[in-house]
Amino acid sequence: MLNRSCFLAAAGLAALTLGATAIANEQAAVNPGEVNVYSYRQPFLIQPMFDAFTRETGVKVNVVFAKKGLVERLKQEGRNSPADLIFTVDIGRLNDAYESGVTDAVETDHLTSAIPAAFRQTDGHWYGLTKRARIVYASKDRVAPEDAPKAYEELADPKWAGRICTRAGNHVYQIALTAAMIAHHGEAKAEEWLRGIKSNLARKPQGNDRAQVKAINEGECDISLGNNYYFGKMLQNEEQFAWAQSVYPVFPSIGGKGTHVNISGMALTKASPNRDNGIRLMEFLTGDLAQQMYSEQNFEYPIVAGVPQAGLLRSMGDMHPDDLPLDRIAAYRADAFKLVDKVGYND
Amino acid sequence: MIATTASARMPTRPTSGRVWILGGLIVAAIAATPIGAIVLVALFPTENIWPHLASTVLPRHSWNTLLLMIGNGIGVFLIGTTTAWLVSTCDFTGRKIFEWALLLPLAVPAYIVAFVYTDILEFAGPVQGLLRDIFGWQSSRDYWFPEIRTMGGAIFVMSFVLYPYVYLLTRASFQEQSASVLEVSRTLGRGPWQTFFTVALPLARPAIVVGIALAMMETLADFGTVDYFAVNTLTVAVFNVWLGMGNAGGAAQIALVMLGFVILLITLERIGRRGRQYHHTSSRYQAPPRYALRGHRHVGAIVACTLPIVIGFLIPAGVLTRHAIVFFDQSWNLAFFALARNSLTLSAVAAFAAVSIAVFLAYGRRLSGKGFGVLSRVALLGYAVPGAVLAVGVLIPFARLDNAVDALAREWFGVSTGLILSGTIFALVFAYVVRFLAVGFGAVEASLGKIRPSMDMAARSLGAGPARTLWRIHMPLVRGSMVAAATIVFVDSMKELPATLILRPFNFDTLATHVYQFASDELLEQSALSALSIVLAGVLPVIILSRAIRYTGPGTRVGVLSDVTTGTTRP
Repeated sequence: MLNRSCFLAAAGLAALTLGATAIANEQAAVNPGEVNVYSYRQPFLIQPMFDAFTRETGVKVNVVFAKKGLVERLKQEGRNSPADLIFTVDIGRLNDAYESGVTDAVETDHLTSAIPAAFRQTDGHWYGLTKRARIVYASKDRVAPEDAPKAYEELADPKWAGRICTRAGNHVYQIALTAAMIAHHGEAKAEEWLRGIKSNLARKPQGNDRAQVKAINEGECDISLGNNYYFGKMLQNEEQFAWAQSVYPVFPSIGGKGTHVNISGMALTKASPNRDNGIRLMEFLTGDLAQQMYSEQNFEYPIVAGVPQAGLLRSMGDMHPDDLPLDRIAAYRADAFKLVDKVGYND
Repeated sequence: MIATTASARMPTRPTSGRVWILGGLIVAAIAATPIGAIVLVALFPTENIWPHLASTVLPRHSWNTLLLMIGNGIGVFLIGTTTAWLVSTCDFTGRKIFEWALLLPLAVPAYIVAFVYTDILEFAGPVQGLLRDIFGWQSSRDYWFPEIRTMGGAIFVMSFVLYPYVYLLTRASFQEQSASVLEVSRTLGRGPWQTFFTVALPLARPAIVVGIALAMMETLADFGTVDYFAVNTLTVAVFNVWLGMGNAGGAAQIALVMLGFVILLITLERIGRRGRQYHHTSSRYQAPPRYALRGHRHVGAIVACTLPIVIGFLIPAGVLTRHAIVFFDQSWNLAFFALARNSLTLSAVAAFAAVSIAVFLAYGRRLSGKGFGVLSRVALLGYAVPGAVLAVGVLIPFARLDNAVDALAREWFGVSTGLILSGTIFALVFAYVVRFLAVGFGAVEASLGKIRPSMDMAARSLGAGPARTLWRIHMPLVRGSMVAAATIVFVDSMKELPATLILRPFNFDTLATHVYQFASDELLEQSALSALSIVLAGVLPVIILSRAIRYTGPGTRVGVLSDVTTGTTRP
């Protein structure tokens, strides 16, 4: 009797588990016709490029999307990870992946010649895909163009007291900017700057970059920090059109050099079971077609020189990026995190 | 309640019972591995940032967590006990409908309510828009309006979603109070109000405390709402440190602080429940006559019961329904069915597995008496661990196991077995089971506890072994609780978000992850159909629960959910 009921329970459990496994798409791993991607990017933003890749090569792209935790998963899965590529929306997690040893060096003629040295890891452990500038959005009604901040450093000026909105200080985009500040001016100056901005905030940091522009439209603040492509995204959205219409973009410089840019990027994993397909996808995405699609559809700056920018990007004005290599900036990310906690930026 | 305290040691035949106890121990050990993994990571971090955490993040985030828990505690207490008292002792129009309708907010995930109210109450929302139209204000500088994305907003939203826990338990407790007690109070000259405060409330205290403790647990583990509202609680700190700073050790250390909160809660809850000694001893039960409410009191009672339903259920469900209709053509497609199928199958498997394992564990504990030990308690702590933390706790042992098997296979046979469990549905189901095992265990154990040991003895002396006794005697008797527990696990699994995001396989989405993806980009409308489906999936079990409680009848026991909760908070 003991055996019978145990058997029944076990059989039931096994059947259900098998059933559940069957509904998942086939367990991806080594497969000549496929490539597996862990992505921090929303799938609908990169799907058009993946579709184009599949049309051209016949290779199917499988995706796991999460906003958090993918590098952690890659680390734990180790050499048996099914992932071939990891896509991030910032330098920080690219660097995390590299430093935790889950990436592999890739060098091809195309990759090294197409992507400027500042936007790839020296040995080819990661490559940038697009550039995104962190810019200032200023209210058309309340900030005259001549008063708009020319440098990030000015944001700490008391004249902006109660007029600035930003998202949380420990979001990856804000962290990268703070890290760049440390890289340019040292930690003490950067702390002073961060405290300055904090005391100028109109409200507790909350929401995403678009929500800050919305707050400008609603009169809650006069300037905000945000990535450049949200301008185009908001103009395309029926509801958000008015938000974008209430502001104009400003390209400040950091340390007198140029605008702080971050990258979205990709890295080949060390465990990659479909290595060739992975490299093919990397090359495809840094080809002219995909680069142009990125710019046209997502309003990001192409990383490959000579690829035309979307019309909207050109109309926003010239963007001169800061020339400090990104891995130099990424080295200060941990310090930036601690600084944000120390000044209590989010409270 | 009384029967629970009399849970008895089972005289076991040494040989046959041992299999169950051993099996129970193994199951408990497996269920406890994620927690164990987290503790290990916390104790041996690769880069120790504890001093930094202790001086910056922890004090602030702990304080916010405490505030939120206390705020929600007060909120759910006020709403829950008021409505429970009105519904169970007064007579007013619509009382029978309110009885079950007050449970409906339980079906709506807090993060969805948060999205909806932000939509409604923010500057661009209809409420402020209407105010501006009426008074001619231009921008937000012209007037003051409470900000929804704040601590206050979080307390508001979560109180109106979590109060049903208190309502459910307290109502059952009020119904259980025999007329004799309340009549004695009245004949000694107490009015309805005094009776409420001096007799009924103290008598119901244990139930209230359990309800509040449960609501506070949910508060502690919540991520979606606090993240969206920028309320910096410990869960947020775990996310930031682990997945932002990339410091697993630091995050696990914060997770340990959170476990500290849980243990504190359990202790407080136990102290609060000592009120059992107040329990009336008469077994004669007579339903107390209801207070007939008239005039403004009548209206007041209706308003007091309508408000929580409107705020906690009707408005969110209404907004979602409207969006779902507008975007119906875009949402009602094959992709939607795939999402629904994934969610339903996963949740059903998790519910079945959790309850089966719960029966196994509870029976093992019954057979072994109190000596079942720390392990089964640790196995149940998963309920209080935030989903994302648990996800990494699942990730670590699974990946280690897979890689170890793979290494052996490579060494011995020269072939790679790859990842067998990691990144599969199995890992996902495992995470759900660990997270919600406590719910199932609580229900089954409490229910088993009410079966007199003499039943076991009779069955066993007639020659049935432990398995046959379980199958023929216990299972039929606790079936109701098992169904209730399974439904709750099912609903909770449908709503589960952070662990699903991290652990899922390639190209795999559930209703919850789909909603999150859009809602976090301020595009809730486009995923409203999925959000509504989660809510609808939750409504059905709520109705089942409500009926189950009605049919157990008053005077016998507090009800099904209290079995669930007493077990939950008493792992």
